[in-house]
Amino acid sequence: MSSLYLLHSHNQAEMNHSAPVSNVQLFLGLLFVLLFTAYIIAVFITNQRYKKWPVFRTVSWTIGIGFALVAVVGPLASSAHTNFTAHMISHLLLSMIAPIFMAIAKPMTLLLRTANTTLARKLTSILKSRLLKYISHPITAAVLNVGGLWLLYTTNLYTYMHENAFIALFVHFHFFIAGYVFTISIIYFDPVHHQYSYRFRAAVLIAAIAGHDILSKYMYANPPAGVSRQEAEMGSMVMYYAGDWIEVVLIVIFCWQWYKSTKPRRSAAVEFNRDEQVALYGKEG
Amino acid sequence: MKNNNDKEVSRRNMWSGILFGVGLIAFIDETVFHQLLRWHHFYDKSTTDVGLISDGIFHAFSWFATIAGLFLFADLRRRNGLIFQRWLGGVLLGIGVFQLYDGLIQHKWMRIHQIRYVDNVIVYDIIWNVSAFIILLIGLFLLFRKSQNSKLKEKTANE
Repeated sequence: MSSLYLLHSHNQAEMNHSAPVSNVQLFLGLLFVLLFTAYIIAVFITNQRYKKWPVFRTVSWTIGIGFALVAVVGPLASSAHTNFTAHMISHLLLSMIAPIFMAIAKPMTLLLRTANTTLARKLTSILKSRLLKYISHPITAAVLNVGGLWLLYTTNLYTYMHENAFIALFVHFHFFIAGYVFTISIIYFDPVHHQYSYRFRAAVLIAAIAGHDILSKYMYANPPAGVSRQEAEMGSMVMYYAGDWIEVVLIVIFCWQWYKSTKPRRSAAVEFNRDEQVALYGKEG
Repeated sequence: MKNNNDKEVSRRNMWSGILFGVGLIAFIDETVFHQLLRWHHFYDKSTTDVGLISDGIFHAFSWFATIAGLFLFADLRRRNGLIFQRWLGGVLLGIGVFQLYDGLIQHKWMRIHQIRYVDNVIVYDIIWNVSAFIILLIGLFLLFRKSQNSKLKEKTANE
């Protein structure tokens, strides 16, 4: 009798504990499945009307969505609730790796190409709006992204996140959106209405990476609320060392775009190459 | 006009080298002294907030510098403007300046961390800083060696 009662109460406790978590997982999972479906439908429509949409972009979108899904639903997302290291891995997947793959897939270009003229015009005017200009400014995006992390891990927000499903949902939304907006404010794949110079973006990128590094080291010594010292050390090392390599990918893409954009025109190349100049224009060119 | 262009090419060779040198030595420093030897670490208990922030900025900058330096190197090759000796001079200068900064400012003045936590750390300090200074001097020598300073000049002289 008593053992039955215990079993029952145990089940109930577990259910109470996991109900909001599974709702959050369901909601976020549906969101990314929806994003995936929308992209695939858009590719079909656009392929019927215009030139074929490159397959690697669809693949890149699929990989990005896949990483995001691993972060928000399933075993990793479940253990992220209690295990700080798992939480950190899901952060890296959701707000750093997935956005890079999704940015490469050029979703805005696809959307504008698929939409009819009126809708495309409306979308463009929204993209040009002051609010979006402000939010997608590299500095704002970096502050929202890295500042959000500081807020989460140095205040009680991290504890609240585990008690309240809405806060958990909001934090995950923020993880993804801030990560994505920051990524596209630094590396341009989709058309950008407010372009900033490479030098400026390089400075912001370095500052943001520094903020991420400093936070991960800070957490190593100052565990977030409700996280044991051992877990905090492990989690911050994951954030630092794994984060490092994702940052390298971001820097390489950024420098590669910079390198491509400064490709010398014929005349510029000649200026640098005396032999060629002499061959083309005679001795004193 | 022509001299300006030569100067610009030389300057780019130097900066590409310096960026790569700083990034390379920061990487070696972290790998060898932090990870492999574990002489000083990820987070030393003695570290102040300033130390933490400066380390973070340096780390971010060094990652960026390594990659940007290599892309600048590729850019120079693409433009047929690579002067390897000058580039190498830049690399050594970057290494030397970084090591001296680390050895004098971070280790001694700010006391963020020491090279190693032993009694006679002064021996390590001397070896560290003197070797940094020698590397810096070789870098400067390569950069400002007059005879083969600019291959571009040679090329035009030969025409």
